[in-house]
Amino acid sequence: MTDPSPTTLWLLILGTAAATMAIKAFGPVVLGGRQLPPAATRVLVLLPPVVLAALVATSALADGSTLEIDSSTAGVAAAGVLLVQGRHLLLAVLVAAAVTAVLRLLGLP
Amino acid sequence: MVHADHRASFRRGVRLGVPFAAVGLLLSSSFGVLAVQAGFSPVQALVMSALVHAGAAQFAATSIVVTGGGVVAGVVAASLMNARFLAMGAALAPSLPGGPALRAVQAQTVVDPSWAVANNGDGTFDRWLLFGATAPQYVGWISGTLLGAFGGDLIGDIERLGLDAIYPTFFLALLIAELRRPGSRGIALTGALLALGLVPFVPAGIPILVAAAVALVGLAR
Repeated sequence: MTDPSPTTLWLLILGTAAATMAIKAFGPVVLGGRQLPPAATRVLVLLPPVVLAALVATSALADGSTLEIDSSTAGVAAAGVLLVQGRHLLLAVLVAAAVTAVLRLLGLP
Repeated sequence: MVHADHRASFRRGVRLGVPFAAVGLLLSSSFGVLAVQAGFSPVQALVMSALVHAGAAQFAATSIVVTGGGVVAGVVAASLMNARFLAMGAALAPSLPGGPALRAVQAQTVVDPSWAVANNGDGTFDRWLLFGATAPQYVGWISGTLLGAFGGDLIGDIERLGLDAIYPTFFLALLIAELRRPGSRGIALTGALLALGLVPFVPAGIPILVAAAVALVGLAR
């Protein structure tokens, strides 16, 4: 595999930046500046838990287009127990990485 | 003029953003290491983090180009990972004042943790809290990329160190805070299961966007 050329990488960087900025701006530019009807507000209230749950599920249990349970799944689960108990995020993150690293050291995927 | 309550919100945002900034620093160090291994110069890795500031998009775009997928495929993959910002931006829109250009600029400060902590839970957002929470995270994101891009040899293998478990843990912390609000658990579970069910069949990033549509049950409440 040859490394991508600097030009390819600059195009990728600028293209990704432009797309990300446009996506972030879209909602506020198109929908902003006016009062939304109550039904729309009821939908908006539900967006955070749904989007975050989908992000957690896909980042912990999938790799690209395949569902996959590996050492990191156990690490994330251990961190989840700590977070539910109200422990600090940094502690949870360190435990997640440590559990994952130890399981891999033992030869698990 | 910035009002005193705006300043208080901003400061509270900064305090809430600092732990996420520390986690973001670990994540962006991983990005710096991987980007340089993929053929990026350290400056390129740094510019990408400074302009994009969205981990999933940066990892996705980089991995596509490294596997020979080309620039267009890389940008599309990044955009799919970012599709959630369409839903987040729609939720945030009524809380941002000013003309379209000013709203577009303010919307650039949206990153997942800031958006979540700025959520008042009643369909409105505290925008100064959003700005405050993003400020330390931006600094952390750039610093981590610097560390990873220039010090990758010291960090070594990211998976061996279990650093790939950090990204889902980060989102899990945000989710658990959301689940303390009434009426959110059933719908969160539905969204998660729907997203997982779609994973084998659609490109990465799309399952999250489709799952967001579950929030439409709010119309019937």
